[in-house]
Amino acid sequence: MSAAGDPGFKGEIEITKDLTLPKLLVQQCEKYGDSKVAMREKEFGIWCPVTWKKYLDNVKEITLGLVALGLEDGDKVIMIGDNRPEALWTEMAAMCAGGVGVWLFQDCLMDEVKYIVDHSDSKFYVAEGQEEVDKALAIRDSCPKLKKIIWDDPKGMRHYDDPMLISLDEVMELGRKLSASEPGLFEKLVNKGKGDDVCLLFYTSGTTSLPKGALLTHYNMLTMGQNLMRVDPCTPSDDFVSYLPFAWIGEQMMSISCGLQVGYTINFPEEPEVAQANVREIGPHVMFAPPRLYEQFTRTVQVKHLDASWTKRVIYRLGMKVGYHTAELKFEKKSTPIYWKLLRFIADKVLFSKIRDQLGLSRVRHAYTGGAAMGPDHFRFFHAIGVNLKQIYGQTEIAGISVVHRDDDIKFDTVGTPIPETQIKIGDDDEILSKSPSVFVGYYKMPGETEKALKDGWLYSGDTGFIDEDGHLVVFDRSKDIMILRDKRKFSPQFLEARLKFSPYIKDALIVGHNRPYVVAIVCIDYNTVGKWAEDHGINYTSYTELSQIPQVYDLVMRSLSDVNRSVPEAAKITRFANLYKEFDADDDELTRTRKIRRAFVENRYKDIIDSLYSDTDLLHMETNITYEDGRVIEIKADIRIQDVKEGGKK
Amino acid sequence: MSDVILEARNIFLSFHGVAALTNVSFKVHKGEIFSIIGPNGAGKTCMMNCINGLYHPKDGQLFLKGVDITKMSPHKRASMGLSRTFQKIELFGGMTVLDNIRLGRHLHLNSGLLSSCIYWGKTSKEEISARKFIEEEIIDLLEIESVRNEVTGMLPYGMQKRIELARALAVQPELILLDEPLAGLNLEETEDMARFIVDINEDKRWKVTCVLVEHDMGVVMDLSDRVMTLNFGVKIAEGTPKEVQENPEVIKAYLGEVEDLYVSRR
Repeated sequence: MSAAGDPGFKGEIEITKDLTLPKLLVQQCEKYGDSKVAMREKEFGIWCPVTWKKYLDNVKEITLGLVALGLEDGDKVIMIGDNRPEALWTEMAAMCAGGVGVWLFQDCLMDEVKYIVDHSDSKFYVAEGQEEVDKALAIRDSCPKLKKIIWDDPKGMRHYDDPMLISLDEVMELGRKLSASEPGLFEKLVNKGKGDDVCLLFYTSGTTSLPKGALLTHYNMLTMGQNLMRVDPCTPSDDFVSYLPFAWIGEQMMSISCGLQVGYTINFPEEPEVAQANVREIGPHVMFAPPRLYEQFTRTVQVKHLDASWTKRVIYRLGMKVGYHTAELKFEKKSTPIYWKLLRFIADKVLFSKIRDQLGLSRVRHAYTGGAAMGPDHFRFFHAIGVNLKQIYGQTEIAGISVVHRDDDIKFDTVGTPIPETQIKIGDDDEILSKSPSVFVGYYKMPGETEKALKDGWLYSGDTGFIDEDGHLVVFDRSKDIMILRDKRKFSPQFLEARLKFSPYIKDALIVGHNRPYVVAIVCIDYNTVGKWAEDHGINYTSYTELSQIPQVYDLVMRSLSDVNRSVPEAAKITRFANLYKEFDADDDELTRTRKIRRAFVENRYKDIIDSLYSDTDLLHMETNITYEDGRVIEIKADIRIQDVKEGGKK
Repeated sequence: MSDVILEARNIFLSFHGVAALTNVSFKVHKGEIFSIIGPNGAGKTCMMNCINGLYHPKDGQLFLKGVDITKMSPHKRASMGLSRTFQKIELFGGMTVLDNIRLGRHLHLNSGLLSSCIYWGKTSKEEISARKFIEEEIIDLLEIESVRNEVTGMLPYGMQKRIELARALAVQPELILLDEPLAGLNLEETEDMARFIVDINEDKRWKVTCVLVEHDMGVVMDLSDRVMTLNFGVKIAEGTPKEVQENPEVIKAYLGEVEDLYVSRR
């Protein structure tokens, strides 16, 4: 299956094997100069603009600074920190100098940082501030290839005088000096680059094993951005808010691949805590986020609605009925009768536009979700309130994206059709294979893995799926994760989990049922919403652990499970469940850094609970350890209740 | 001595014949963190109140930067670069965080009512520079961006303590009196607050001399350059944290009263 060749979009550039991201940056800066804002950062309560010219000047200084410090062709520059202009400048600078950018997740623990710094052979480590510098200093003895640690936020850095440390300002100063003594060096470096050079080394989150480093070239990144925009064109006047980790390929795709090509403005929030408020101030036109964020949005709306006054609740109920009905008609590609259109118009004025505004989605033209499965209920919700939410499917190995929904052809159980220049086919064992100019070069220092993933230019994804009658790709699940139910039917645990997460009270869930007599669930409640619910009902609690084990909370969770049970086949109904005493956390290796569940690990870790779910006990005593972000380990003792789902499922 | 910023000479304070402070003398040097410790009722907060002018000592003298301030009113002392936080939170609960902080800046605004109404020329420049100082430096330093526009009374206790400090900093003080800044905070908040105290004391931009009254001995001994101990209004020891910790008088004063006080939280 391959896509129809959509025509080029307005402002489309020609991508040749000679074009690189730095060359494109120089072109765009020449085009826009000082007259257009390339990025904004909210700093000290004010949005401060950086024009394209200033952008290029900064990149140039950092590039030459890195060269002065000894960066050579192919050297790796590893970066860690919040999203901020300096981060993007350094990344572009590393590419301009012929180096390769590597990203770490901000909240990576020491072991992960050490593994990736060492495995990637990084020479420079670019940190944001004290916290990241401390991580680097702690691991540098075991990473001998590391030469310099660069930082840019001076807060808390006044006592650091290690010779390995250098501030970004000093690097830029070195760059200015080199620029004065060797004019034209920057241009020479940029012109040297070729489209097939590797520009990014991207570590995949690895639900099953150690992270693997995917090598991506300029050509990969550029073609991917172009092909996405052939489906959904962006304009130079668009705004985009960059606040998801740069270490996630989706953010790179929006900020670098698309942003640089079309020249839209990238906005950086002040602090991660105020990102949501900042998004609302900007009102972006495009956004791409993992399902978790959209799930959070729906939870917020559902909870706020419960808190609202009686009249508002009535308006919400009626308005949502209209929204769901008209969205359903759109999904079914039926025409909407005029009176429904009128009702929808009214509902939009009094309700949907307000909700969109509160969520910062009032100007969104295309909202994408990708990286994990999202339940159909969320899709219905967003289309009901008038947000054009679309599914994206892709991997890091294909520079982010290969399949997407078209505006007039959205089916929430599929991920859409391939973007131009991309072919998708189903291989043996229903594995999804894809081929496009954006397919990566290979894994860094892992030839065996590369051979497994890359055969004749086809990328073997390890995901199972099929192509439906409309030519849409349906992604079932990771091949390893698919479960066989008692009636020998194949079923995706992710699907059930995604359904469960539509309940505002459930943050995460683990579904088990492979070759078992019935399906069970381990549920992580949402501390905020369940906590609020408990307060409203006069139930006292002191901690997550205590709250999760309260019988009334079990009944609350059970109602959500029963709702889901009503709409799934008999054998897939959840029969027993337990609330976990903690949330799943990436620091405990239960989730990947992109917050996907590491199923095998979690199943093994909570083996006792799962065993109890398949036995007759209704109370289990647990003792276990929790790792905090600063590395402290705390022992937890808890009694876990096990409960049957009364309605819908039976043992 | 030129580097003495605050000096107390033979301070006596009493309430209806109950002696709160008896002949207390000490010097605070520029740039240090000077802690006053002592059992409950030792007169620590009384000493603070004398320094910033809420109480007037019965006898004795106080010098701020070499100037006799004994008879000076509190707001004059504030304009000389003296600022404080309170043991119990004294914020305006109904105002936003930003407004509370701005209040501390009021002292440095010279424009009159009329020119403020017109808001042009010098006045607007003054306001903008005040905004810059408050937003750019204080809010960033204390990491309170996320609550900038929240109503103060709705915030958690630990956050309110932080806002008290923010308001005290808005005065742009040279000397700050911190009255139990860590009381009632949890472990994480304590660590944050201790870091902020070190920041304002050491950072080139601030260089604020701190007088600290605090019960958390772990923090006091870690942060302080010098420590003074009061007991029943009498100074019983002064010196480096180590000297004071080993002083038999101090040990007696504490052990005689509450045994646990020396047990640090860590």
